[in-house]
Amino acid sequence: MSQPKTIYMDNNATTRVAPEVLETMLPYFSELYGNPSSMHSFGDQVGGAVKKARQQVADLLGAQPEEIIFTSCGTESDSTAIFSALQVAPEKRHIVTTRVEHPAVKNLCENLDRLTGHKHRVTQLPVESDGTLDLKRYEEALADDTAIVSVMWANNETGVIFPIDEMAKIAKSRGILFHTDAVQAVGKIPINLAETPVDFLSVSGHKLHAPKGVGVLYVRKRTPFMPFLMGGHQERGRRGGTENVTSIIGMGKACELAANNMRRENTTVRLLRDKLENGLLKRVPNTLLNGHKEERLPNTTNVSFEYVEGEAILLHLDRYGICASSGSACTSGSLEPSHVLRAMGVPFTAAHGSIRFSLSVYNTEDEVDYILEKLPPVIAKLREMSPFWADRDKIAGGGSCGSCGCGK
Amino acid sequence: MLEYTDKVKDHFLNPRNVGEIEDADGIGEVGSLSCGDALKFTFKLGDDGRIVDAKFKTFGCASAIASSSALTLMVIGLTLDEAEKITNEDLAEFLGGLPKEKMHCSVMGREALEAAIANYRGVPLPQTEGEVVCECFGVTDVEIRRAIEESDLKSVEEVTNFTKAGGGCGKCEDRIQEILDEARQNAPKVIPMSGPKRLTTVQKIKMIEDVFDREIRPNLKKDGGDIELIDVDGDYVIVSLRGSCVSCAKSQTTLKEFVEKKLREEVLDSLIVEESKG
Repeated sequence: MSQPKTIYMDNNATTRVAPEVLETMLPYFSELYGNPSSMHSFGDQVGGAVKKARQQVADLLGAQPEEIIFTSCGTESDSTAIFSALQVAPEKRHIVTTRVEHPAVKNLCENLDRLTGHKHRVTQLPVESDGTLDLKRYEEALADDTAIVSVMWANNETGVIFPIDEMAKIAKSRGILFHTDAVQAVGKIPINLAETPVDFLSVSGHKLHAPKGVGVLYVRKRTPFMPFLMGGHQERGRRGGTENVTSIIGMGKACELAANNMRRENTTVRLLRDKLENGLLKRVPNTLLNGHKEERLPNTTNVSFEYVEGEAILLHLDRYGICASSGSACTSGSLEPSHVLRAMGVPFTAAHGSIRFSLSVYNTEDEVDYILEKLPPVIAKLREMSPFWADRDKIAGGGSCGSCGCGK
Repeated sequence: MLEYTDKVKDHFLNPRNVGEIEDADGIGEVGSLSCGDALKFTFKLGDDGRIVDAKFKTFGCASAIASSSALTLMVIGLTLDEAEKITNEDLAEFLGGLPKEKMHCSVMGREALEAAIANYRGVPLPQTEGEVVCECFGVTDVEIRRAIEESDLKSVEEVTNFTKAGGGCGKCEDRIQEILDEARQNAPKVIPMSGPKRLTTVQKIKMIEDVFDREIRPNLKKDGGDIELIDVDGDYVIVSLRGSCVSCAKSQTTLKEFVEKKLREEVLDSLIVEESKG
């Protein structure tokens, strides 16, 4: 079988580098190789390009260029923000976060005691069955010794958007630092940090058509800050290490493109996503939507096909060149389905059969039609093979971890 | 992406003998929806006592489907005595190997075969007896011991890969280690995964004061010096030097090489001694 054309709908995992971004970067790999810190005009012209990139990033976020720190990835940005908050107020040993955070925040919070040598309390807020947060619970969780709140702006698996504006205002009124991992939100929904009082915000380049290996940490002016990487005076002493110049320049260009594409993300891409989602829900029986239908990124859909397993679906799709992802146990790198779906209490008949499609401005309606043609027979074939499909009326839904005593 | 052999891919994409034998002689059902994989295996015996037909229905990932398909091909033509000698290793080998984290799929195949044979013979299954070790996936010590023996498993992680036990909440990992130690007759012990020794702050203070009195102060006093414990914060032990230590050029060396070393030996090996700046 000849290799089919790739239909890429896994943009929450990573995105293609936009051709315009690549073009902007190329000269800085070859003739313009100077160090932006150097005291000669050869290096300084690179410094000028980095400065421009900083402005482009700031413009997309509604921030000031001095508030932008370039990092190596979203994970570094998250760690920098959280460790900084803990260091500037060592007497505060409480963190508020959620059960559905990306591992970059979740695993960090769960290992803080070991990393810092101090005991911390971590409140992981639960979510509703549609993946949304209860604001009252959030307010009740805040304490006098809360060092920082770290809550993602939009969920990578379901696309569900949290009310960051409101949450940041509540934290501010209590004098608590607020960090948001906005890796999935930036470029897909409008963000204006002149209005939304977050103290820290993390961005990842490769989620918005810049290359892998570059991220941004926004730090609001006058927010007390301690660097994570100690070293030279780069980034005004807030992040040591020679700048990843080419990627930073690519990041700037990608942010400029994202601002221009914001409308398309929320019209064209949203329509394609809706067509795909509605088509699947209509054509395939026993299919459920995971996550709130409205409070959601325009590019993401997460659906569960009951009584079949996600990895098997993905490998069949792979034969057709279709790229998606799954929250099933076999693909989550563990023996249990994704922590996000479990936190939402997705019934176990469905948790293992979840598939996420995440679109971008590069997807077309033909691609959506192709998936709508190829996917339903795959599900039908796997269901015919499933020992539960014929007896499905006799099986009750229940919690995501039915037989388990672990309380998840 | 996991590395599957061409044979696994072939049996996944074109599974053989899918279905259910209506008037089966033996039926074996293992796994569950919540566990993420399940297999219903049925067979029919011929007049000569050999398996003439075998079919499967599987809910699970590619390797679960491929293992089930392989199982049906392997057993057709065998007597039950021959069939029950098939191990999960045989199944994996038939498929040209399985990724280590997918070995439990081959174990599920073997268990379904056993369950079907037990069903035909009207005898109970060995693994339904014994103590349930892993509550998340319902795995008994009998199954764990058997997997350790058959596949020469050496670590908790390997037991999880083969039986799923310990792959959920992880509460049973200590018990699995115990079973491993027993089964391997306390063969070279794997360093336990548990973290460093935990002490409360009060315990630390008491132990530190004790070490100061017994070992540190007598030594410092010989040179006209002394030491005072100011605070303990996590692993940080804040002290203040007194007497001639204050003006001693070697006081930092004393703190790190003598005081910190002693405290690490006798109290907690993660302690960091620092001089009070106040």
